[in-house]
Amino acid sequence: MSEPRLAVIGAGPAGLAATLAAAARGVHVTLVDSAAEAGGQFYRQPAPGLGARRPQALHHQWRTWERLRDGLRTHVRAGAVRHLTDHHVWFVERPDTGGFTVHALVGPGQEEAAEVRADAVLLATGGYEKVLPFPGWTLPGVVTAGGAQAMLKGGLVLPGRTAVVAGTGPLLLPVATGLAAAGARVAALVDSADPASFLRRSRALAGRPDKVAEGARYAGQLLRHRVRTLLRHTVVEALGTERLEAVTIAALDRDGRVRPDTRRRLDCDTLAVSHGMLPHTDLADALGCRLDGTDVHVDAEQRTDVPGLWAAGETTGIGGSALSLAEGHIAGRSIAARLAGRTPDPHEWTAAARTREKLRSFFAAVDSGYALPAHRAEQVTDETVVCRCEEVSAGAVREAVRELGAGDLRTVKLLTRAGMGWCQGRVCGPGVAEVAGCAETPGRRPFARPVPLGVLARAGETAGPARAAAPEEPQDDAHRDQ
Amino acid sequence: MNPLELARAEPGPAFTVTLDGREIEALPGQTVAAALWTAGVTSWRSTRGEGRPRGIFCGIGVCFDCLVTVNDRPNQRACLLPLRPGDAIRTQEGTGRHE
Ligand SMILES: Cc1cc2nc3c(=O)[nH]c(=O)nc-3n(C[C@H](O)[C@H](O)[C@H](O)COP(=O)(O)OP(=O)(O)OC[C@H]3O[C@@H](n4cnc5c(N)ncnc54)[C@H](O)[C@@H]3O)c2cc1C
Ligand code: FES
Repeated sequence: MSEPRLAVIGAGPAGLAATLAAAARGVHVTLVDSAAEAGGQFYRQPAPGLGARRPQALHHQWRTWERLRDGLRTHVRAGAVRHLTDHHVWFVERPDTGGFTVHALVGPGQEEAAEVRADAVLLATGGYEKVLPFPGWTLPGVVTAGGAQAMLKGGLVLPGRTAVVAGTGPLLLPVATGLAAAGARVAALVDSADPASFLRRSRALAGRPDKVAEGARYAGQLLRHRVRTLLRHTVVEALGTERLEAVTIAALDRDGRVRPDTRRRLDCDTLAVSHGMLPHTDLADALGCRLDGTDVHVDAEQRTDVPGLWAAGETTGIGGSALSLAEGHIAGRSIAARLAGRTPDPHEWTAAARTREKLRSFFAAVDSGYALPAHRAEQVTDETVVCRCEEVSAGAVREAVRELGAGDLRTVKLLTRAGMGWCQGRVCGPGVAEVAGCAETPGRRPFARPVPLGVLARAGETAGPARAAAPEEPQDDAHRDQ
Repeated sequence: MNPLELARAEPGPAFTVTLDGREIEALPGQTVAAALWTAGVTSWRSTRGEGRPRGIFCGIGVCFDCLVTVNDRPNQRACLLPLRPGDAIRTQEGTGRHE
């Protein structure tokens, strides 16, 4: 019998850890990733053409990366792992003949199609940032915090000279220190979190002294670069006409309302902003996986409820790179055992499971500490664009709720076109929910990427009858009127 | 300090591309967006509805705010597309399809 085949989608910490664990146990792995280099978001590498001799200057935990990178190289050289770069997966199919077919678009232009057959699939597609709307957030110069970090790590560029880093969440720390180290003046780190809420959670936080030390290291770096940290503050407005010129910040009171008397202007040409992260769940959703809220549901072995399909890392819930590594490792070992027809013994991964438990509860505590101000939506004026692609204003969303009785995201979308543009609601979903005052639900998208119609037609011919539901509408049509 | 110095980068020789006919320099491996940021350009598209300027937002291919026309192909994501010598970048108005 030939070697069992695994397709891992995503070459971030989770996908890499799983690839190494499975390949070391005799599984043939095809690692599929849209980026030109392995590493994912945390270990994003500068393009080789840039000739960076000290990329680690932009990174944390470089030693871990070296281990992952060298392990991957060794397996690729030995023929145990095939690494497909620049492959954008738009759909994973379960043909009636069994196994999986992974459909990807190849190259930066994403025009050619490629298919990978596998006996098992691991989804390790990570997450992306959530940014909620506020006046001026569409001005050039306003970027997501992770986006600024990605451009810095991957392209060795800065968006401007003077930055404000704002929003809420643990990602603001590496971004502020990263920008400062690379030569930007960071005028302030503005976080709406209340320091008191962290004190109340100190027990859970103390469970991970290494993480607390990491926080202290960041604090030291902020001090060294003279970055002011303003807690319980928020950016009320981004100012400028053609591009960002300044932001208005203000303090929040105990109830999370802006204190008007504290408003002040900070000049800056860059605002790096983030209100948390969301998991990528499109591929899982299209396969019919159960989701818990916004996260792909997995069991103790990282299995989804679709047979043969595993998920690890931030697709299953946001929790940082160390948690992604632990989950990936467990998934890789579980897959190797299951593909060999064995029930794995969880004792094989006791250490990783312990890390997973601790980090999950650590992040649950951190997450609740970083809660958004209760009255944030009050800052979103009627004129504020909430859906960036379709340019739908907060006023239009409010009208749909108030005058037309829309009570859920789907109805708001149908009435206003919010979420119908290029990004398919990935960016505006949380903001529309906030303004409309309805629950944030994961968007249902037939495909994870826009697909040219020609590719779609040919995929149907080669892949045989599909078990997954046929798409309702070709994505290309939805995008053509852009 | 700048990011190239921080990472002790020794890029291959810079090459020329054009932005609306104007020559700008790009480094090997840089995406359209990275080269434009280096040239001090942060917006290269105007929106379909209100004609408002846009550039990079998410930086990782999710938001589609960075759309641009490269070598006559509209709607390319500047944050993902690496540049090659001689590429012609054009700022994009609306759908970019009227051109
Ligand atoms: C832009 C950004 C920057 C970040 N920077 C930092 C940072 O500096 N420090 C920090 O502590 N945390 C950072 N994070 C948080 C980060 O998400 C986690 O720390 C960690 O990288 C998660 O690991 P993962 O393996 O789950 O996913 P990721 O590292 O996100 O890896 C997922 C991989 O899957 C690929 N992928 C996704 N969808 C597809 C698809 N459909 N087809 C093919 N490939 C696909 C992606 O290209 C990526 O390589 C950042 C997050 C984002 C979104
Ligand atoms: S900046 Fe979001 S897709 Fe390019």
